[in-house]
Amino acid sequence: MSDAIIPALPRPAPPRRLGHAGFWLAAAAAAAILILALRGMGSEYAYFAATFVLQYVVLATAWNILGGYAGYVNFGAAAFFAAGAYTTVAVGKAFGLGLLPCIGIAAMVGGALGLGTGILTLRLRGAYFAIATLCLSVVLQTFIVNWSYVGGSRGAYILRPRDVPFGFDSYGGYLCAVVLVLAAAAIAIARSIEVSRLGLGLAALRDDEAAAEAAGVPTLRLKLIATSISGAMMAVAGAPLPYLGSYIEPTSAFGLSYAVNAIAMPLIGGTASWAGPLIGAVLLSSLQQAATVTISSAANLLIVGVVLVVFVCVAPRGIIGLFRRRR
Amino acid sequence: MSDVVLRAHAVGKRFGGFTALSGIDLEVRAGERLGLIGPNGSGKSTFTNCLAGAFPSHDGSFTFKDAPLAGLKPHQRARQGLARTFQLPRPFRGLTVAENVRVPLSFGGRGAATMESAMACLESVDLAGKAHRMPKELTQVELRRLELARATALQPELLIVDEAMAGLSHTEVDQILALLFRLNEGGTTIIMIEHVMRAVTEFSQRLAVLVAGRKIADGPPADVLALPAVEEAYLGR
Repeated sequence: MSDAIIPALPRPAPPRRLGHAGFWLAAAAAAAILILALRGMGSEYAYFAATFVLQYVVLATAWNILGGYAGYVNFGAAAFFAAGAYTTVAVGKAFGLGLLPCIGIAAMVGGALGLGTGILTLRLRGAYFAIATLCLSVVLQTFIVNWSYVGGSRGAYILRPRDVPFGFDSYGGYLCAVVLVLAAAAIAIARSIEVSRLGLGLAALRDDEAAAEAAGVPTLRLKLIATSISGAMMAVAGAPLPYLGSYIEPTSAFGLSYAVNAIAMPLIGGTASWAGPLIGAVLLSSLQQAATVTISSAANLLIVGVVLVVFVCVAPRGIIGLFRRRR
Repeated sequence: MSDVVLRAHAVGKRFGGFTALSGIDLEVRAGERLGLIGPNGSGKSTFTNCLAGAFPSHDGSFTFKDAPLAGLKPHQRARQGLARTFQLPRPFRGLTVAENVRVPLSFGGRGAATMESAMACLESVDLAGKAHRMPKELTQVELRRLELARATALQPELLIVDEAMAGLSHTEVDQILALLFRLNEGGTTIIMIEHVMRAVTEFSQRLAVLVAGRKIADGPPADVLALPAVEEAYLGR
């Protein structure tokens, strides 16, 4: 826009953002570099740790689409995550399908679950919505515990295929590459939403739903889109879980750590941008992984709690907020 | 299409056992400047909320541009050209001033959602210079202007301005009035809900008075303000 049309502004315009194609290319390049680096290390634990971290990148990014962009705090992240994991178990057992088709089906199951949850709960706001999503987790866990086909309360064992696809040196490496692609895709989707008309509408309804409606924003429709996308992506994050540990049972799949981490990671990184959940997930899950190895796995939630309290006090807008003067 | 842009017929609204509006009939012609006044609690904002779709009305009906509004959600009414401002400014606090205006431009479906359009809207309310600021950096009068910019970005046929002058200084009231006159000259029909009598008498071609949820007067400002019933409603016996 030229100065001849618009009067000079007292502050400079915001910096240009990277274009969609450029962003996808940068994400793909970062993914390729990470895979090559991990392959260079040649350690199964390195693959496991990277998969663990990347899984949380997908989960936190997915949560942030509804919780951060739209302002609807979802306490039921574990339900969607476990729905994805158990879709892999059920579909794998019923049709003998491999990981990739299971991820696709998990996305559909999570999307449908998100849409259903949205239809039932999105007239609620604040604490009422949060409690409703928490209930979803309880209901779904009860259902899984009583569904013997997927192992019920005993859990189910998943054997990794002997053949390692696409020339990977191990199934752990393949799994890590798949989750890395999912993480890159999740970030790209979140970033696309953020700069899109949908993102603008979600930001408006997050700030003031009545004012957004008065400005022509179809708030209910946008919320349903957000719950569906967020639900689908959270289920996708959970879909590789049975292959990661070769065993899955309801208590761990619906574990509190997934629900807490899904919320804490975007809050620590910053909910206003796609980069916030990425930073929060990498930081917190790396810290948890390090604590598991050096101290004990029981220290995980303690660490999350302490870091979350510190950030709520010191940087309520997360790490991203510390670097953004205007917001 | 008749020159009546809005027709309210026997509109009623209750909150539990309390009747907030009862039998309100009102017609507003295209291009008119109507003042809607009444003491606190008389039902002005309830009427606005019923008209904008924020509250469902229990009785009666609204017809906008010869089409019934029943069953339409607030965003659908906004897209049809019925815009409102809020009594207390309600900016989208996480968005810049320009992004605030881009919301109705993007979703109103009545114009291009470009940065140029947003800047044009902001220029019309003298806020172009603060396009990249956050709402928390604006003064009270600038927030009122932002409310107006957001409403006018919908390119409305009818704009309801709900107490836009409240708490403003004499000069600031004049600034908002000048803006509203400019919008009206551009063809926008305006209903002004206001307690600042200087502003409402200066602006309105016609006054309607609500008292305790009922319309007690409707006509030229001088005639309406001279009515004993109106005087009694404002000053008591």
